[in-house]
Amino acid sequence: MAHGAGGKASRRLVEGLFAPLLFPSSSEPLGDAAHLDFNGTKIAITTDSFVVKPLTFPGGSIGELAVNGTVNDLAVSGAKAEAMVVTFVLEAGLPTPILEAEVWAMGNAARKAGVKIAGGDTKVVEHGKADSMYISTTGIGLPIHGLKIDARSVRAGDKILLSGPIGDHGITILLARGELDLEADLRSDTRSVLPLVGALAREAGPGVRWMRDPTRGGVATSLNELARDCGLGIVLSEEMIPVRDAVRGACELLGLDPLHIANEGQFLAVVAPEYADAALNALNLAQVGQDAQIIGEVRSEPVCAVLVTTRYGGSRIVDMLVGDPLPRIC
Amino acid sequence: MCLAIPGQVVELFPDQPHTAVIEVVGVRRKVDLGLLADNLPLQGEWVLIHVGFAMSKISEEDALDQMRTLRALGEAEAAMQEVQGYSLEESEVPEDSGAQKLLEDIS
Amino acid sequence: MKFVDEFREPEVITKTSAEIRRLADPNRHYRIMEVCGGHTHAIYRFGLKDLLPSNIELIHGPGCPVCVLPMGRIDDGLAIAQNPDVIFTAFGDMMRVPGTMGSPLEHKARGMDVRIVYSPADALKLAEKNPDKHVMFFAIGFETTAPSTALTLMRAKAQGVHNFSVFSNHVTIIPAIRAILDSPDMRIDAFIGPGHVSTVIGCRPYEWIAKSEHKPVAVSGFEPLDILQSIVMVLRQLRVSEATIENQYKRVVPWEGNRAALRAMAEVFELRPYFEWRGLGFISQSALRLRESFREWDAEQRFDIPGVRVTDPKAAQCGEVLKGVLKPHQCKLFGNECTPEHPVGALMVSSEGSCAAYFNYEHRKTAIVTSIASVA
Repeated sequence: MAHGAGGKASRRLVEGLFAPLLFPSSSEPLGDAAHLDFNGTKIAITTDSFVVKPLTFPGGSIGELAVNGTVNDLAVSGAKAEAMVVTFVLEAGLPTPILEAEVWAMGNAARKAGVKIAGGDTKVVEHGKADSMYISTTGIGLPIHGLKIDARSVRAGDKILLSGPIGDHGITILLARGELDLEADLRSDTRSVLPLVGALAREAGPGVRWMRDPTRGGVATSLNELARDCGLGIVLSEEMIPVRDAVRGACELLGLDPLHIANEGQFLAVVAPEYADAALNALNLAQVGQDAQIIGEVRSEPVCAVLVTTRYGGSRIVDMLVGDPLPRIC
Repeated sequence: MCLAIPGQVVELFPDQPHTAVIEVVGVRRKVDLGLLADNLPLQGEWVLIHVGFAMSKISEEDALDQMRTLRALGEAEAAMQEVQGYSLEESEVPEDSGAQKLLEDIS
Repeated sequence: MKFVDEFREPEVITKTSAEIRRLADPNRHYRIMEVCGGHTHAIYRFGLKDLLPSNIELIHGPGCPVCVLPMGRIDDGLAIAQNPDVIFTAFGDMMRVPGTMGSPLEHKARGMDVRIVYSPADALKLAEKNPDKHVMFFAIGFETTAPSTALTLMRAKAQGVHNFSVFSNHVTIIPAIRAILDSPDMRIDAFIGPGHVSTVIGCRPYEWIAKSEHKPVAVSGFEPLDILQSIVMVLRQLRVSEATIENQYKRVVPWEGNRAALRAMAEVFELRPYFEWRGLGFISQSALRLRESFREWDAEQRFDIPGVRVTDPKAAQCGEVLKGVLKPHQCKLFGNECTPEHPVGALMVSSEGSCAAYFNYEHRKTAIVTSIASVA
């Protein structure tokens, strides 16, 4: 199904089917987590599922993705993850050491990210029905003081920040599958972005309008969603977008665009122009944000679209992904 | 039909003369050299890769030549304009002027 | 990236576009066709149209092997793979191309064993690793790709791998160019020649375009500077009413082509008397099939195929767009019934087809874009 790839089809499924049935009266744009208010007590909640093949790969494994992905969804919604619950759907016959390894990896990742795994559930399904293991999580957190994330507050002139190089995770997975016979010294970038979000909140909080973690579908999909949600245009400067050489090489060989490749340890932030320098500085000074860049800005045109410009004056529209990025030879 | 990338031969196999490992900014792949059987590449040479096969050797000299030609664009024009500065009439270049030769060299 | 980044140098690109502006006669409207889908893709990806004066029009040619593949052939390939012992392999480009009952990816979702390969050699390796299955490679591509398929088949034969076959949809470029030039409503001034096809066939096969049709051809590479330099070359020729073949892609294209590649092709393939090109109709001597000596590895011989011809909906104007007579957005179905997500016609199906490229890259650009100053 193309619906899991994170792009147009996914969005249609969520917007066209789930949203009208589940939250018919809401006019808010869909976000990475829901911020709820219970008589003054504010909590944020998010849920996610993790399906990846192979289960382990350079830089991480499905368990780490599950923990970091949950923490990150909360972080980019402006919340600090406090606890999560986990469900495993396991394929009958899955060797115990594999399961143990993932549980261990999750515990480790949770400790690193400062989130408590409060409980969970497991189900075993028939052999052939779960690709070894699916992991589902629900995370809750507390709003980070000073951050108010809303696509509707984005204005023309706002700057777009990216926390680091893109494409590492998706290309690592593609190579790890072994079907393409490519080798590269690449690792998934899976990590919690909470420390960076925290730094951003401290130094530039009032200027942060919107954030997102560009997972499946990549930066192009996240920014297209933003463009749609705020009704404005996004213009990126290609030379400012950080991409590691090996990711670039793999993309050139396979005919892929790094902007469409999944990331698991990066986030985008839209920041008011007067806060942009402070925001970038905050990220660059943090130990793990030195590759952060301002990659573009919000404009009034092209409406609801993302444009990438080159240094020599050429430009192209970058759309949301339709299905998974496929290698091409033409 | 058209996606082909320059890669450098980084490993050859004496017992498999039609196989090599090529590298493109740190990404490596084994490729088939069968289509270059008449002129097999040496270690360190650059080849054009398409669907896992080396299609052609890349000539560094021709690449440099091309860049030289392109970088000189606009310089011929500037040279022309300098020459024209000395003539009192139109911008035609006299047959045997140095600028004409310069243009021919570059074209 | 060596041999890539140099040809994307901004200062030199600016110089070369200035030269184009200098050479283009303001009283003339130039129609230059780039034959190859890879060039179409590159033009859009690098935003090269933004660098050209408005009186230079780039027409996208028929050199997109996915676009010109008739739906019936996809149905045939998928019919072979209905057999549970058959593994269907193809390049990524083919995976979303719809047959009448869905694309290979959709068939995969319904349980068919469909796998993407980067190389025909990978398909052969898959056959070696799965002796109790049959691996069928759905081959597409022009002369750039055919030699690799040929070599793979030679290896299969030499190594005695019998659970492997190729369904050949290889086509040749010259008949397509001829079909364009023979079209009565055509007016092309010059061609940007297919650089990678030419690494195999060389530059000689284009000589008739210059000699008989009096159109300049610049055999071009795929980086921004290659394409721009090719435009400079043809403009220079047009300026003095010259028509010759120039090899812009000298660093890679040998004038005489690649003998070993041509030999491999000749050993394995022969020309079909005719073949249907989606959007262009039947063209004689334009496609390759396996020779009798490779019968055993010819999927068309080993398996029964429906062989049903599927015509495109009449409303789809793929033919006219393919020949450059209509622009993609001028087709009635463009952007409505026919989009990259649900393509109706050939040119929307592949990301390098004119309609898909136009839709993905240009469709929503507005006039303001051309005056956008550099960001950040």
